[in-house]
Amino acid sequence: MNNQDKLRQAFVAALGVKPETVTDELQYNTIAEWDSTAHMVLIAELENVFDVMLDTDDIIDMSSVKHARLILQKYDIDFA
Amino acid sequence: MTMAEDYQSALSALLDEPVYGLSQSEKLTRLQAVFALLHEHHSQHCSAYHNMFRQPVTCNTPLDQLPFMAVRLFKLFALKSVPDNDVVKCLMSSGTSGQVPSRIFLDSLTSRMQSKALVKILQQFLGKQRLPMLIIDSPDVKGADGKLNARAAGIQGLAMFGRDHTYALNPDMTLNTDAISLFCQRYQDQPVLVFGFTFMVWQHFVSALKTSDMTLHLPHAHLFHSGGWKKLEAQKVSNETFKQQLLAVAGISAVTNFYGMAEQVGSVFMECEEGMLHAPVTAEVIVRNPYDLSLAKTGESGLIQVLSALPYSYPGYSILTEDRGTIHGVGDCKCGRSGTYFTVQGRLPKVEVRGCSDTSSSPGSGV
Ligand SMILES: [Zn+2]
Repeated sequence: MNNQDKLRQAFVAALGVKPETVTDELQYNTIAEWDSTAHMVLIAELENVFDVMLDTDDIIDMSSVKHARLILQKYDIDFA
Repeated sequence: MTMAEDYQSALSALLDEPVYGLSQSEKLTRLQAVFALLHEHHSQHCSAYHNMFRQPVTCNTPLDQLPFMAVRLFKLFALKSVPDNDVVKCLMSSGTSGQVPSRIFLDSLTSRMQSKALVKILQQFLGKQRLPMLIIDSPDVKGADGKLNARAAGIQGLAMFGRDHTYALNPDMTLNTDAISLFCQRYQDQPVLVFGFTFMVWQHFVSALKTSDMTLHLPHAHLFHSGGWKKLEAQKVSNETFKQQLLAVAGISAVTNFYGMAEQVGSVFMECEEGMLHAPVTAEVIVRNPYDLSLAKTGESGLIQVLSALPYSYPGYSILTEDRGTIHGVGDCKCGRSGTYFTVQGRLPKVEVRGCSDTSSSPGSGV
């Protein structure tokens, strides 16, 4: 699985949504499945899958799937 | 720009400022601009607000002349300033008086800004890192009906600073000794975060540990607690006693109290090393005489009014609480933080609260 697939899979697992829901444009708090409780589950899932330690700024900034990827790139996760 | 855009950019700019760094005059200028926009927004989108407060508010209106709303109005009415479709969360707070909860309606913007403001404030005390977190509550605290109660909301806010979240209590509020022991074993040599509501920490953690003859070793823990001292005052437990006992039973020496209203999540007033509560850049505190609601002098006790730049989806930016407090100064606390600093003396006895009848008519105040 490449990192893009891993990212999608992490969202699917943490939010309980269908893979096709996970697009770059999907935003926090715009679907019932991605609320503040699910957000913390997502953070933990991303930390596990990509073996990174996210800080509190990352939690606040992770407002969309696209932002999740940008934040992970900061930790040298390659999405090329 | 539309008013909503003006508000968002003014608030974002404010959130980029140091939490305890602006001079008071600069802070007041910035807050006045935000509150003028909020007044306009709530006047246009919340008819109850509009009917109560018809006086003009401009960016030159001093904070103490802004309209304020009695906190119990959020129990009596469903107050919101955004379309129903935009509401993503409804926060319920029972308060201590009890039966009817406050209902606070949050849209995506307000909810996001609350989290952002809270994170900015707590980062001043915890840094950006997240720590293993022991929560002095039961995992059942979350309601089943999707409505978020104030305790669950408070935990959720602090949980952003945690990892490996561990609940210290069972659903029946007894100590989950297995979970606690495991947590202590795993993390006793590193910094950890402990959070709970003041009464829960005292009753179901400190007292329960004592009763069961158990002592913990969490020398690197930082405990944060909030929710008020009312129940503890009845047991004659002071802040000092609280801290001493936490050290004795759990080895926790870093203890920080904070004051905040469920009606203004995200605007929290943190206790400093000097035991003073500090207004962050997004909020201000005013103390009023409980009988005529005139401004109390520095050092005089009275009714606390809280102002927050965050409430956009509901008209709660300026709230008269039922708590008694004292402002001790502005910008010259020994801890070095700028802004207004104060202490809270607990809740006002019910009889003292002016305007308990719904017919009270103080000019410019929805009390
Ligand atoms: Zn101070």
